[in-house]
Amino acid sequence: MSDEEETQPTDEQKIEIAKWFLLNAPAGEIQYIAKDMKAVLQDETLYITAAAEAFPLYNKSHMICLDFPDRSGEVMVTPFSEIGENEYLDPRTAQVAIVDHVNQVCRRARPANDEELPTPYIEEYRYALDIEVTKYVSEAYPKGICSVHCVNGKDVEEPGMDFELVVVISAARLSPQNFCNGSWRSIWNVEFKDEAQLVEVRGTLQVGAHYFEEGNVQLDAKHECKDSTMFTVILEMLYLSPEDSAHSVTTIIRHHETEYLNSLQTSYSKLPDATFKDLRRKLPVTRTLFPWHNTSQFSLRKDIQKNLGLEKKK
Amino acid sequence: MEAAMGLMRRIPPKHSEAALTALLSLLPHHSADLLSQVDQPLQVLCDVDSGKQFILCEYNRDADSYRSPWSNKYHPPLDDGLYPSQELRKLEVDANDVFMVYLDQSINRYYEGGTSSVYIWEHEDEGFIACFLIKKDGSRTADGRRGYLEEGSWEAIHVIEVVPLEEATARYCLTSSVMLSLTTNDESSGNFNLSGSIRRQMNMDLPVAAGHLCNMGRMIEEMESKLRYSLDQVYFGKTKEMVCTLRPPSEPVQTRLLELISKRRP
Repeated sequence: MSDEEETQPTDEQKIEIAKWFLLNAPAGEIQYIAKDMKAVLQDETLYITAAAEAFPLYNKSHMICLDFPDRSGEVMVTPFSEIGENEYLDPRTAQVAIVDHVNQVCRRARPANDEELPTPYIEEYRYALDIEVTKYVSEAYPKGICSVHCVNGKDVEEPGMDFELVVVISAARLSPQNFCNGSWRSIWNVEFKDEAQLVEVRGTLQVGAHYFEEGNVQLDAKHECKDSTMFTVILEMLYLSPEDSAHSVTTIIRHHETEYLNSLQTSYSKLPDATFKDLRRKLPVTRTLFPWHNTSQFSLRKDIQKNLGLEKKK
Repeated sequence: MEAAMGLMRRIPPKHSEAALTALLSLLPHHSADLLSQVDQPLQVLCDVDSGKQFILCEYNRDADSYRSPWSNKYHPPLDDGLYPSQELRKLEVDANDVFMVYLDQSINRYYEGGTSSVYIWEHEDEGFIACFLIKKDGSRTADGRRGYLEEGSWEAIHVIEVVPLEEATARYCLTSSVMLSLTTNDESSGNFNLSGSIRRQMNMDLPVAAGHLCNMGRMIEEMESKLRYSLDQVYFGKTKEMVCTLRPPSEPVQTRLLELISKRRP
């Protein structure tokens, strides 16, 4: 980017820039970025346009959880629960939330129509899985939320057809006063394939952490469960009741999420070595500090190297 | 400007170059401040005379050219570029030589071959500013031996403002930033990226008798050991702590359970 560009960016470009900053906000920080972005843009109209486009995408991607106005429950804002513009379904209470994305609140709620809900047959599976996953999440995550949606085949009424459920799990730890925020998101696709009598489970796990006292350090880790033991887990569907399949699927989820956490911990134990090992000086025993005071002559480098017994590197 | 710095503190570090470019386009009047206050990944050029690499930064830039500390020439050549005074240039030459040795000594085996550069130029009232830069690349394709890191880089910028006081002492104000970026990518743990920067400051009043280079060197040495400690605490400590807070480690699920499931067939 050269300094010669005298021209200001166009309005469209400014909107794109604002959107980009908003979308890249770490978990729980979009409102802070919003405030700073408004100050930098110095143009309310442009900001509003950018926010209107960026916030819905951010909210769905981070799977934020909002309370219903009457506190009858909560709804997760995800691509899977979206049933209309700014409308999100909570299958547990069979309500649809009308959401104000930019302010990140639920404005009002209405009961869901029959067409918006899955059939009783599908609901049995969804409900059973929801119970199991909720139990798992309450055990594994101190502050986790989850929901299960039918994303395919919600009108299936009896055995013989395929359908697909999605499990979303989200946990966020926000401590802005300690300059630290983090989030865990997992999305599990569970496909019930009647023809092949299989249930296929695939998962995407994403973890982020942000520490920003006197600096800006971020962890961004993502893993897709696609290995051979994971990609196709064969559960003979014919003989599995909704409860059995729910239990099995949840066990698989639990297993893989635990494995992933273990491998993250392994990464953490290996990295300091790779980064810091041998970051010590090869000094003779007599000295502990670098001899800065000997540095006032020109030929000092050769002297120092000789003194310290170092080989001349290239 | 404060808002711009706020944004830079929150944007993912891997996007910091794009973020800075965006901010520069939105706030052209603040470009000088932004460029000097925001840490960016360091680039290098090769000095045409000596074949040695030197690091590029705002402090050796004039227009679109960069001055090499080895040959004192601008790359690409400039007719009327800014140069440090003779006295400061001598100090600069010494500083570059010494710092290179210091770097050799403290180098991590996995980051062999790092590059260092020092730039010195006049500041107000007989003072001067010295900038010490280090760049190390430990990735699989570069100097890293282990090959564990898909991508890994360590960069440090130490800027010291030196102001002479009375009684043959001078005040040294050091602002140091370390930027670290680590990426691993493998089957079992997917894509793992830990990156960012940490900044620290230190001020000292020291006697000039020992020589500026000696004083600055000692401060940098002390700062680097503090930074190493912070890096360990923050990069590895805090972020790991967050992960474990989100989802505390538990007993590994018995694989027997999975076997049990597969046995559930009539």
